Amino acid sequence: MGDPLFWHRLQFAFTIIFHYLFPQLTMGLALLIVWLKWRGLKTGEPKYDDAARFWIRVFGINFAVGVVTGIPMEFQFGTNWARFSQFAGGVIGQTLGMEGLFAFFLESSCLGLLIWGEKKLGPRRHFYAALALWFGSWLSGYFITATNAFMQHPVGYTVGSNGALQLANFWAFVLNPWALAQYLHVMSAAVVTAAFVMAAVGAYWALKGLHGEQARINLRTGVVAGLVFSVLVAFPTGDQQGKQVAKYQPVALAAMEGRFESGPFAEINLIGQPNVSERKLDNPIRIPGVLSFIAYGSFSKDVKGLNDFPRDQWPTAIVLLYYAFHIMVGLGTLFIALMGLSTLMLWKGRLFTTRSLLWILMLAFPFPYIATTTGWMTAELGRQPWIIYGLMRTAEGSSATVHGGTAAFTLIGFTGLYFVLGLLFVFLVGREIAHGPAPLHNQEVAHD
Amino acid sequence: MIELSALWFWIVSVMVAIYVVMDGFDFGAGVLHLFVAKTNAERRQVLAAIGPLWDGNEVWLLASGGALFLSFPKVLASGFSGFYLAMWLVVWSLMLRGISIEFRSHVQDLLWRSFWDAAFAAASIALPILLGAALGNVLRGVPLDANGYFEMPLFTSFRTTNPVGILDWYTVLVGVFALVAITAHGALFLAWKSEGPVQDRSAALAAKLWTAVAVLWVIVGIGTDAVNPQVWLALPHRPLGWLFTMMALGGLAFVFYGHAQKRYLLAFLGSGTFLLGLLAATAACVYPVMLRSSLDRALDLTALNSSAAPHGLATGLKWWILGFPVAIGYIVLLFRIHRGKASAAGEGEGY
Repeated sequence: MGDPLFWHRLQFAFTIIFHYLFPQLTMGLALLIVWLKWRGLKTGEPKYDDAARFWIRVFGINFAVGVVTGIPMEFQFGTNWARFSQFAGGVIGQTLGMEGLFAFFLESSCLGLLIWGEKKLGPRRHFYAALALWFGSWLSGYFITATNAFMQHPVGYTVGSNGALQLANFWAFVLNPWALAQYLHVMSAAVVTAAFVMAAVGAYWALKGLHGEQARINLRTGVVAGLVFSVLVAFPTGDQQGKQVAKYQPVALAAMEGRFESGPFAEINLIGQPNVSERKLDNPIRIPGVLSFIAYGSFSKDVKGLNDFPRDQWPTAIVLLYYAFHIMVGLGTLFIALMGLSTLMLWKGRLFTTRSLLWILMLAFPFPYIATTTGWMTAELGRQPWIIYGLMRTAEGSSATVHGGTAAFTLIGFTGLYFVLGLLFVFLVGREIAHGPAPLHNQEVAHD
Repeated sequence: MIELSALWFWIVSVMVAIYVVMDGFDFGAGVLHLFVAKTNAERRQVLAAIGPLWDGNEVWLLASGGALFLSFPKVLASGFSGFYLAMWLVVWSLMLRGISIEFRSHVQDLLWRSFWDAAFAAASIALPILLGAALGNVLRGVPLDANGYFEMPLFTSFRTTNPVGILDWYTVLVGVFALVAITAHGALFLAWKSEGPVQDRSAALAAKLWTAVAVLWVIVGIGTDAVNPQVWLALPHRPLGWLFTMMALGGLAFVFYGHAQKRYLLAFLGSGTFLLGLLAATAACVYPVMLRSSLDRALDLTALNSSAAPHGLATGLKWWILGFPVAIGYIVLLFRIHRGKASAAGEGEGY
């Protein structure tokens, strides 16, 4: 209770995890809506526009919650992480400032046009509104990923005479190699979330025997996009991300795998419990050489273990980091299998009638959210004990003038607020799903 | 180097002023809607007027925060952590305001809608008071120490001498002034964009509110002299301060002229000019001070001693010059698309 750092970290972790439940669906759905609008424009068939219209309504609710839970994230830099902001603002202020000016204005201007403007704009311009929103939300995603990438792997900066970081090379900072790999990984994962949600709604309607054609469009789009992007999350983007960690944060890689001893033919652990006090992994099931291959592209390469790093460089929550990483990888693998099987059944023409598979698809949608959350936990816990890798420790970055009790107080406030917000979100989206898709001309009837 | 930091001081100030003008009319509409819009159809007319605009208006706050972050990280760090609890009250109110606008239209139920109407009004009342009080704190000064940080309770004895709280008689006064001015601004916006009873009621209230604004402006001016004499002492030596004060006075004249002529767009533009001029004149008079120390003036955080390095400021300026006109362009585009009187769309087709 007395340690303010604990409360600052917990508040940030809680608010960012809750916040990111929404933008991932926003960014993923934005692409799938563009696809549906595009199909509608090409084929002239109203069924695609009907499907898009349903998802745009969900998108609107989701976007609103994303916006309001995003505001606290911007403020927390200054309120809870003042020393970090003073130290790094001269660099990361650039991407955060650009996000506001280039992405947020675009998104907020086009959102109303997408949600309410279908009649006013006509099909072509409504498609452009969808396109602009997709572009804006993915641009926003890049700026925020680039900001995080600087904290993971700082480039393009110098240290000024006042001890604070200064921008030295704008393009090196913005085109940080870490950011490029991480961005594609994060974006692919966002589409996976949206694809699973879309497939789940399609499966629900199909199981209830409702909205036959719309259910099938959702299932087809969700399942195929789910397979394509689940594969992209793993390869090449996840693979690239893994190699970046091996190269720039070898100690994080060792902790992610619970690896204490160094050596060649490093094994990947399918299962096992890290035992930090005895510096070993209990009850492991291992495949030799795979970690060496993932990290460096060769089965025999030497991969360092935690024992080769000074204790004060170790990530601070190794057990949590290990499990987060393994849950992410395990779920990612299952996603490929599930969506691969579903696509096969779709191709065979049996997806819509295989009720057991529809049940699984309907219930699977929370798991991409868990995978993205544990993925970000892997990135952020792996970075510890640094707030900016190698430059500033997390303990040095919090606000010195904000007491632990004060931070705990606002955290409790957020807990209550987000509980209510989550209930409202589920209530409103649940209502939309219960209403089902609505043709353009009788929306009023559908929403009585 | 001095020029760059001065430029960024003005960029941040102007963006904050634009935020106040733009989101100000949303707040004003929120404060007023319970009084000027009685039926569901009337409430939806108010929401139709601000619905497509409020989110973009709010982005000005985030964009000015971003500009402050990159140009004066020390000021952001000190101010945000020092005003910790007040900052979260602002954020929570902004969140409540946002969801009350967005969620209201989704369910056609009297209780659901009444609840969000009340939430919208409560958040819209709290925000100008809090933001006004924040400006009051900047003018009065905060107990900045040698590290450039401070901590303050939410309130103490409501006196303006140390130990001072975020809320004292002066900052509350500025908060009330902000509430009245923003409400008056919103009344003119509604008089311009609405018709029928909503327009009549808004226009009638606007007359009373603007008289109150003029009176409160004088009182706040006297109060400012009491807590921070430098603001008025600086004015004679600041040509920009004169210019912006004239702008504010001119805006006020257009408010009363436009209102009397029932030319509400003219009056609304006048009120926007008034708010811009007022904030810019204040910025001109306090320059280069961004956070005033009430302990020792040598500890002030200024545009000169708190700015980021020149290369970052110059780089930021390059993309800012590209992005700023685009942002203004969005405002123009949105106002063009939604030109004319706002009318409530059919259920399920709009706010």
